[in-house]
Amino acid sequence: MKLENINEMQFDVLKEIGNIGAGNATTALAKLINSKLDMKVPKVQMVGFQDLATVMGSEEHIMVAVLVTLSDDVEGMMMFLMDVKSAKYLISQMLKSMGMEMPIDENAEFSEMELSVVSELGNIISGSYLAALSSLLQLVINISVPYVSVDMAGAILSVPAIEFGKVGDQVLLIETKFGDDEISGYFILIPEEESYEKIMKALGM
Amino acid sequence: MGNMIKVGMADLKVCTAPNALTTLGLGSCVGVCLYDSATKVAGMLHVMLPDSTQISRESNRAKFADTGIDDMIEQMKALGASVARMTAKIAGGAQMFAFNASVGDLMRIGDRNVQAVKDKLKTLGISIIAEDTGLNYGRTIEFSAENGELLVKSVGKENKVF
Repeated sequence: MKLENINEMQFDVLKEIGNIGAGNATTALAKLINSKLDMKVPKVQMVGFQDLATVMGSEEHIMVAVLVTLSDDVEGMMMFLMDVKSAKYLISQMLKSMGMEMPIDENAEFSEMELSVVSELGNIISGSYLAALSSLLQLVINISVPYVSVDMAGAILSVPAIEFGKVGDQVLLIETKFGDDEISGYFILIPEEESYEKIMKALGM
Repeated sequence: MGNMIKVGMADLKVCTAPNALTTLGLGSCVGVCLYDSATKVAGMLHVMLPDSTQISRESNRAKFADTGIDDMIEQMKALGASVARMTAKIAGGAQMFAFNASVGDLMRIGDRNVQAVKDKLKTLGISIIAEDTGLNYGRTIEFSAENGELLVKSVGKENKVF
C-alpha cells in the first residue's frame, strides 16, 4: 500500500490520530514546564519530500530535531522538530520548573546541558504521542533512546525523506502550534510500509 | 554574473558558464557535481538512495545514484560535454543523528550513498577530484560552470572551496 494512494476516509483517520497524539504530547509538555499550554488544531498534510523543508521556512533554516526509532508492532521512526527560538524557550521553561534559572541566549550555540534538556523534551513529547497512538491502535510500540540534531532543515529532513523515498514521494506531516504561537513544532511519523498496513488494519480499514 | 540554478531533493540540473548550480541543506543525501572544463558544462545531482534496482515501481530516476548519474551525463552531452573530459566533485552523505549500532542500515545511509556514487563513477571512468563527505553535519553546495569550483557551506563552520 502506498501512502499517496490512501482515500479520504483513511486520511481523516490519520489526521485524527495526529490530533490525539499531538494533544497528548501537548499535555505532557505543559506538565513538564509547569504551565498551561493551548494547542491549536494540528495541521495535517501530505507533503512532497521536495517541499518538506520549505513548509518549515527554508532548507537552510536551522531546526532542532529529536528522532526516535520505533520497533515491535510498528517499525519506523518518529521525528519532532522545532525552531531554535521554540527550543530555547522550552529549555528555559523546563529549567525554571526545576528551580534552575538560566539566561538563555537565542543566538548562542546549544550547550551540552541544553542539548540534553532538548533530548529529554523530545523523548517525553514523542513518548506521549506514541503512547496515545499505541493505546488507540492496541499495538505495541517500543521507542529507542532519543537522538538529537541541530542543523539545516534540509539536512535533518533528508533522514525521514530517505525513509519515505524508498516507498514514495509523499510525507505525512503534522504541524502543531502551542502557546501564543511562541512554540511551534512538527511531528513526522514514518512507519515502515508493512507497519503502515498494520495501522490501517488495527483501525479496521 | 550568471544565474544560480537550484537543484531540489532527488533532482538534477545541468548548465553552462556563466551559470552555477546549488543545492541547499544536503544531509545524508549526496551532491554529485560533474564538470567538463573544455566546454564549461556543469551538472549537479542530488542523490537520495544508492540503488534503483532495489526499489520497485520507481519513476523518479534522479533519486538514485545509478540512474541519476546516467541521466545527468546524457543531459550534459546534449550541451556539448564529453564523458572522457568529465571530472567529479562530491559532497554530503552525512550521518545526521548519532544512531547506535542496533539501528543497523538506517545509520549508514549516508555512507552507502557515497559508496554507490563512487562505484558508479568508477565504472564510467570519471575520476573524483574533490570530496567533502561523511561526518555529522549538513552542507549547502554551490558549483560554478565558469571554473568548476565547488563551495561548501555548513552551520557554524568556515566556507570551504574545492
